[in-house]
Amino acid sequence: MAIDKDLKASIAVTRFGLGASAGEISHARAWPEDFLLAQIRAQGADPTSADAAGSIARVRELLDYQQERKTALQAGDPKADPVQVAAKMIRADAGADFLARVRLAAVTNTAFRERWALFWANHFTVSANKLATATLVGPFEAEAIRPHVFGRFENLLVASSSHPAMLIYLDQAQSIGPDSAAAAVQSRAGKHVGLNENLAREIMELHTVGVDAAYSQADVTEFARAMTGWSIAGEREPEPLRGRFIFRERAHEPGARTIMGRNYAEEGQGQALAVMRDLARSPHTAHHIAYKLGRHFVADDPPAALTARLEHAYLSTDGDLGKLARQLIASPEAWDPEPRKFKTPYEFMVSSWRAAGVVPDKLEVVAPVMTAMGQKPFSAPSPKGWSETAQDWCAPDAIVKRMAWSEALAEESSADRDPGQLAAAALGARLTPAVAKAVARAETRAEGLSILLMSPEFQRR
Amino acid sequence: MTNSQVWPSPSRRRVLIGAAGLGVTMELLGATAWAAAETSSARKRLVVIICRGGLDGLSLSPPVGDKDYAALRGPIAIGSFSQGGGALKLDDTFGLHPSLAAVHTLAMKGEARIAPAVATPDRERSHFEAQDVLESGGTVVYGTSSGWLNRALEAMGPAGSVKAISIGPTAPLILRGRIEAASWSPGGGAERDSRLPGILQDLYAGDPLLGPALASGLATQAMAKVATVDAAGLQSPAMGDGMAAGQANAGGSELRPLLNRGLPQARKMGATLAGFMTQPDGERVAAVSIDNFDTHANQGAGQGQLATRLAYVDALIDGLARGLGPAWDDTLVVMATEFGRTARINGTGGTDHGTASTALVLGGALKTGGIIGDWPTLAQTRLFEDRDTAPTLDMRALFKGVLRDHLGIDRGALDTKVFPDSAAVPPAAGIVA
Repeated sequence: MAIDKDLKASIAVTRFGLGASAGEISHARAWPEDFLLAQIRAQGADPTSADAAGSIARVRELLDYQQERKTALQAGDPKADPVQVAAKMIRADAGADFLARVRLAAVTNTAFRERWALFWANHFTVSANKLATATLVGPFEAEAIRPHVFGRFENLLVASSSHPAMLIYLDQAQSIGPDSAAAAVQSRAGKHVGLNENLAREIMELHTVGVDAAYSQADVTEFARAMTGWSIAGEREPEPLRGRFIFRERAHEPGARTIMGRNYAEEGQGQALAVMRDLARSPHTAHHIAYKLGRHFVADDPPAALTARLEHAYLSTDGDLGKLARQLIASPEAWDPEPRKFKTPYEFMVSSWRAAGVVPDKLEVVAPVMTAMGQKPFSAPSPKGWSETAQDWCAPDAIVKRMAWSEALAEESSADRDPGQLAAAALGARLTPAVAKAVARAETRAEGLSILLMSPEFQRR
Repeated sequence: MTNSQVWPSPSRRRVLIGAAGLGVTMELLGATAWAAAETSSARKRLVVIICRGGLDGLSLSPPVGDKDYAALRGPIAIGSFSQGGGALKLDDTFGLHPSLAAVHTLAMKGEARIAPAVATPDRERSHFEAQDVLESGGTVVYGTSSGWLNRALEAMGPAGSVKAISIGPTAPLILRGRIEAASWSPGGGAERDSRLPGILQDLYAGDPLLGPALASGLATQAMAKVATVDAAGLQSPAMGDGMAAGQANAGGSELRPLLNRGLPQARKMGATLAGFMTQPDGERVAAVSIDNFDTHANQGAGQGQLATRLAYVDALIDGLARGLGPAWDDTLVVMATEFGRTARINGTGGTDHGTASTALVLGGALKTGGIIGDWPTLAQTRLFEDRDTAPTLDMRALFKGVLRDHLGIDRGALDTKVFPDSAAVPPAAGIVA
């Protein structure tokens, strides 16, 4: 069906983007598709302002801290309080990274590009709910995700799977081939070491072919064997390597492997790379990613025609994510006038800041609120990432908390603002007469703005 | 000492048979039991606790008397009964994890039992599929989009006749469905007088998602004020706070003690839930969801990562049991997980995704007895796929037994509606007193 440019512009900005900032919908109005296409670029997503300390520095901090703690404990130093120090470190580092990310989202004028990056960060979830990874989520997104989101999927997969944050989060760094040279040495010392299949399983189940693909426990174990040796350089490695990805030949399980019916010769680090190349090219992966993109951008239960289009684009371009983004924009299903996605707490808060023209500056305010709504910063509950299902986010308690926060935000940001104009700027042609009327009838500016933020159409995209 | 007297003790059935032998007719016993059930049915309460991530049954209820246990587990084996910090004895084979002091106290009173080899029909070892099957009550993933606990409410009567609540910021699948359930999580909400709720209720009138959610959220918010006040005074810990501190640092968990600050909150959460459930016309069915049981590395033994999570569980149950007071006698609590973990320790001091695990059943309404279901043992030939504890009891049988005998839901509804196509899985008997 043909939809008019006003509606199309508001969909471009609120569904593909992060919600309208002042003037954004009018800016997109002339050529809504071009407004989005112009945001796709080879060099990837924008960096946030907190990228100065990369993962190498953070891993080194962690290693140093562990060493200091050992020394302090041996010396019986009563003043050393490693728990306090670490807690402070985590709050400061992870908090600054998260705040930088929401600030970027609140002000960016290329919000489709940012949403696209957030989708991939969630696809390759590293969660701060493991304490050792808390300071690494920010650097992971900066180094492994953002630069690759419009490149080839295979490169993104390898970047994610070899990043220290992922290697720690899914326990790969410690996995050792049971028949490797390293295992033999450990075994003589009376230590039991061996495989950990966590990352291998999640790469197959969550990152690539998906749980419905026909793979077995044996394929997971074989892939875990192929991945042994993918680790992080620590205290014993030469100083320039410390904190970086390293392939430990001596921990690698020797021999050829068979995974999902394909044979992989022994070639050290290259063995797992070859598996990842095939996983990235699998039609199952194309389908899995096409489905997830439709589910994120369009509907919890995405239209089959959209999945088919994206799947075809993925396969015919060898997983070129920039071309996949173009196909999404070119798909009529993605422009369905009915907004079917219920915003997550992150999306709701970001779009509210954009609508109100507020740039958040206090993590101690942002974090508890987002946590109370069910989305603790950087802490997805599992490697599967945050849910894409409306029902997970609209629990009665969470809605009451959205309402309370909307009122607080409106109290502090509505002075001298016209709520009617704010509503028109935030929703454009998506603003319904009922909500426009309720906003116009509000007793106070703050009440008007909070009605807008809590309106059914603002809660969706 | 007291262990052997109380666990296991003669079953209620045996006592009844004994009574029959003394001249009391079975008919009379039956009539009495029926009358009692009828008048008390409106007081019955059920709490389901879902532990997400794959809770390791072999640590929750370590079979320290199983001859293969210690060797399979190596450094993460829980110590035997005689060791300091070892398992808390249930019978000659099983103990409870040392973090579960309050649960053990209940077990000694006959108010907690274990089902040590229970599994859903799912065998894929995927968290997300297995949780879906556990909560939906289907046999395959996405088999149904509502939760079995919600369909159990439907089977109990028209909407609203039995109220339910979920604890936590997101609504778990187990309680989703046609019957509107409340939800609550600790933390503030709208406290001030405001016109906004009324305006929004008008705007949400035709909105199937937001309308019911807001109405329910506002009602619960009002109730929470009452419940929280009633729960005050129940927050003092039942045990020393140092007991689960996990100071030993089982590798890579330097910050673990931070998590122990959660114990008073867990106890308070349990007490607040009890507050809801003891209000006149309060919720009689509740679902609680606890994360972070996916212990692939450094899971620890008597202390460490998993010990800390179990201490949290123990505090929650303690707060709930104490908060319910006399209502505990009419309550059953079932705690289950999506799957167990590998019988053998893996290469990184943890365990990988497995099959059967332990379910805990607690409450004053529990029938005294030993383990629920059979123990397959950990002999190599008995392990499922040479890897996991073998399932001997279908999770649905356990739930069905509780729903039939505690909440009085008839077998037909259980077989077809609550757990679709499950006629071949009979309810487990002998759980409810």
